[in-house]
Amino acid sequence: MPATFTRTPAHEVERKDTGIGGRPPVDKRPTGGGGGDENWDRHGHGRGGPRELITRYRMALIFGLSGDLMFFIAIVSIFFARQATGHFDARNDYVMDWRPIYLPSILFINTAIMLVSSLTMEIARQQLFRETDVMDEWLGIGRPMSRRATPWLLATIALGLLFLGGQWIAWEQLSEAGVFFSGNPASHFFYLITGAHGAHLLLGLVALGAAIAGVYWLKRVEYRQILVDCTAWYWHSMGVLWF
Amino acid sequence: MSWLRRHVFTTNHRSVGLLYLALVAIAVAIGVVLSLLMRIHLAWPALCFPGWGVMKPEDYLALVTIHGTLMVFFVLTIGPQNAFPSLILPGQIGAKGMAFPALNAVSLWMTALSLFVLLAAFLVPMGAPISGWTSYPPLSAIAAAGPGQALGMDCWLLSLAIFAVGQIFGAINILATIIDTRVKGMTLGRMPLTVWSWLISSTLVLPAFSVLLAALVLLFCDRHLATSFFVPLGDAVAGHVIRYGDGSPLLWLHLFWFFGHPEVYIAILPGMGLASSLFANFSRRPVVGYKLMATMTVAIGLLGFLVWGHHMFVSGMNPYAGTAFGLTTMAIAIPSTIEVLSWMGTLWAGSKRRGGLILKTPMLFALGFLSFFIAGGLTGPILAQPALDIYLHNTFFVVAHFHLIMAMAGAFSLFAGVYYWFPLITGRRMNETLGRFHFWFTLIGAYGTFFPMHLQGLAGKPRHYADLTGPAASLLPNLLPSERGITFSALLLAASQTFFLVNLIWSALRGLKADANPWQATTLEWRPSSEEELKLIRHGPYEYDVAWTESDFIPQWAEGGDQE
Amino acid sequence: MKMQSASPSWLPPNAAAHGFAMDHLMRWNLAVLGLCFLIAHALLFILLLRRSKSSTGSPVPRSWMVQVVPIVLFAAIYLTMAITAERLWASKRFEGAAPQSMQVEVTGRQFQWYFRYPGTDATFGRLDPSLIQPANGNPLGINPADEHGKDDIVASELVLPVGREVDLTLRAQDVIHGLFIPAMRLKQNAVPGQLLHVHFTPVAEGTYPIVCSQVCGLGHARMQARLRVIGAGEFKAWLASKEAAR
Repeated sequence: MPATFTRTPAHEVERKDTGIGGRPPVDKRPTGGGGGDENWDRHGHGRGGPRELITRYRMALIFGLSGDLMFFIAIVSIFFARQATGHFDARNDYVMDWRPIYLPSILFINTAIMLVSSLTMEIARQQLFRETDVMDEWLGIGRPMSRRATPWLLATIALGLLFLGGQWIAWEQLSEAGVFFSGNPASHFFYLITGAHGAHLLLGLVALGAAIAGVYWLKRVEYRQILVDCTAWYWHSMGVLWF
Repeated sequence: MSWLRRHVFTTNHRSVGLLYLALVAIAVAIGVVLSLLMRIHLAWPALCFPGWGVMKPEDYLALVTIHGTLMVFFVLTIGPQNAFPSLILPGQIGAKGMAFPALNAVSLWMTALSLFVLLAAFLVPMGAPISGWTSYPPLSAIAAAGPGQALGMDCWLLSLAIFAVGQIFGAINILATIIDTRVKGMTLGRMPLTVWSWLISSTLVLPAFSVLLAALVLLFCDRHLATSFFVPLGDAVAGHVIRYGDGSPLLWLHLFWFFGHPEVYIAILPGMGLASSLFANFSRRPVVGYKLMATMTVAIGLLGFLVWGHHMFVSGMNPYAGTAFGLTTMAIAIPSTIEVLSWMGTLWAGSKRRGGLILKTPMLFALGFLSFFIAGGLTGPILAQPALDIYLHNTFFVVAHFHLIMAMAGAFSLFAGVYYWFPLITGRRMNETLGRFHFWFTLIGAYGTFFPMHLQGLAGKPRHYADLTGPAASLLPNLLPSERGITFSALLLAASQTFFLVNLIWSALRGLKADANPWQATTLEWRPSSEEELKLIRHGPYEYDVAWTESDFIPQWAEGGDQE
Repeated sequence: MKMQSASPSWLPPNAAAHGFAMDHLMRWNLAVLGLCFLIAHALLFILLLRRSKSSTGSPVPRSWMVQVVPIVLFAAIYLTMAITAERLWASKRFEGAAPQSMQVEVTGRQFQWYFRYPGTDATFGRLDPSLIQPANGNPLGINPADEHGKDDIVASELVLPVGREVDLTLRAQDVIHGLFIPAMRLKQNAVPGQLLHVHFTPVAEGTYPIVCSQVCGLGHARMQARLRVIGAGEFKAWLASKEAAR
């Protein structure tokens, strides 16, 4: 139970507490004292064991993504609110300028590509955590985990590029159909959201490239894992967001 | 090159914290100069400034806009939320540094860049924007709507977008640091209240600044990509009618204030946490109701997301929404009052000791913080009532309210932090006498400046008015003397800061050497670095008034301890 | 007839029907909060100066009374404030104006207020933003093809008969403006793209300033107008003179 006070030790001690820098009473009980708190696994900086760094980076990614998510949530809720607004303007005419966009079919293909790329990414990520391979790589005997992961990473990059290409084609199809960014609010949102998503995906591709490079260049095994792992979760989130 | 690397592109958390404080200093100096220019113009409207001429209305509005933006973002957000956590947080939780030191440095440089871009707004053609720090569209969305709304507005947008991303990175860092790098034994229930406040304010930063970023992006699209998120159909500005799309200016208000209200809590919560720690330290008493205080911090943070509409009572929002926001805003008064009562309780307990409260300079500033918090906070419930806000919205009553509660209380908490942690950073103490002069003159100057503004607001004086002529002059006939009085107080307030500057520089160079823990504090950042690496703590954060030890406190890093 | 109103002394005298309740609310709010401010600071000074003789202070009394009573008291104060204020708000805003209230349209544009009366047909004419030409006498862009617009009266001061409820329709042509009539205890933003309604009843004759309360550009401080509240007969005469002048 958290507390602001700790009581005196039950037994007498010979050495008095002389304030700062002096010798505090020695706690002779077997349990090591302070038995109420729940975080004995919290080993502190630098001594958290093999999972410490990756937990930390994953946490940072989660916080960052939640901020990013909030950004998209804001835009999407405005989208829904806007969809529902029609009002009487100064001329007493009912104004409802919302014209829904008919989505080009290529977007459904893109969704499928997104799914598959998440799959390849996940497989790549799993390769980096196989214990036996990790041990081998850590000991310096060959690079089995990196070798297994690389083709899947490359596949994910290829699919990502395909996806972005598909987005580009979708944009071209829409502009040929006369739907521009500045046309009407629905198109504003469409371009804005897909544009932001695409920009994030480009960042993801850069991260993937860095991951492949890192897998071969980074010295510490943990860092390789972290890079690929974080990239993977980022990629999955982008997939979820796309839905 | 290595000098650059060590002193400028450093990732050491203390250096980054000091660089943040340098940014705060630059921003506050410029912000104060801008406000003094405004005040001088208000008192002597026909005054011809040397080298500049008489102040034009758009100049005045540009000063208001940049003053507000600088102070709210670059002083009251980065001071409590970036500078002090970077300096102090790792020490207080027993960590060696921030969780992501490189990210910390990246945030710093993004913030520096954003300050530069903002200040560049003064130098671009047509000058700085004139739409206030809140930039309501269509004024902010259409370049033709006023001078400074073209390039100047773009500078403002870009600056805040960079700032927002920098803040998000900073919040990620603080959250990861608090959650992941606390020393063994430091449970949530043993964190000092400053750490609690950083935890909550960082949690607020993530959604709030993301929504601000969304709003900025949409405004950018409206300005440059011919969208109309915020501009309605048929809007006719300067002879030109907008014919595309049909947006709503109210949308910006919702987005901006959804960000804007949590922002002010981000600015004040760390100060509240520091006040708790300082009251405990200088009363030699534990914080009254520690768990309650931590809970109230969380409550204020959460409730802070539900009250944004109280900035919009007269905006054209649905009156039922006005009722709802009025109620939530009144509700948030309760945790704030509880915090004040707890502080009073701690102080009262401390006043009963022989010698009373220890009135060193940090404590004086913490008491000043409390005074301003009460003064500014008490006008909150008035403004929370929509029926009264109808009259008071955008008058100087509101200006008085937020300057007392945010600017003065926030500034006093920054001063308290500097005086308090100066020995930790430099190993020397600041001069007490100069500190006392600084405190009293600033307090008097601040009340002299902002208290009369309540009366001006009650008389009906609107905000953002460069001068009062026309029918407004008949409305407010007696205000010129009060303008002069306020301006003199403001000049006194600004001049009083020389005590601080002199003290700071002189003490850094030649101040008295300080002991390891000069304030006899319990919190971990004061642990002497000569001791071996801290592996475990067993004590709570505010173990003062401990009768059985020779000193009257048990520092948090002491050994021994017991189950609860 | 000027009515005596007990406004807090810094407010301009009240001249609107709902203003008395608002002033009363303002007065007791200020009194209560001002008192809290003084008590709190008195307490702070006492604590600042107190020096006890004994060496150990007693801890904060555990009695629940000291701990709970202040917060309950404050909560009660806040609750009372909230309830009284919400009642007043609801009475003013939840219902629209009475059907027989006078209709006036207020348009804000950089940096001028225009007030439009519907004329004998009691209907406002249609507006077209592309027809806005202040230099040619059509600052609101009234469509000349519209019959209803022919008898509209556009003025740059707001003239109202005393004692009659008026329903203002607020419009803005370009940016957000704020209509603030301190003597009528009235403030409402005029938002482009929206038609917003506020209603009030002036009860005292006189001339009152109207100021803009939402920063709207470089002329914000100059965007002022006058409200003249006159007797019913005078008002009729004024309307007639405006129609004749058209």
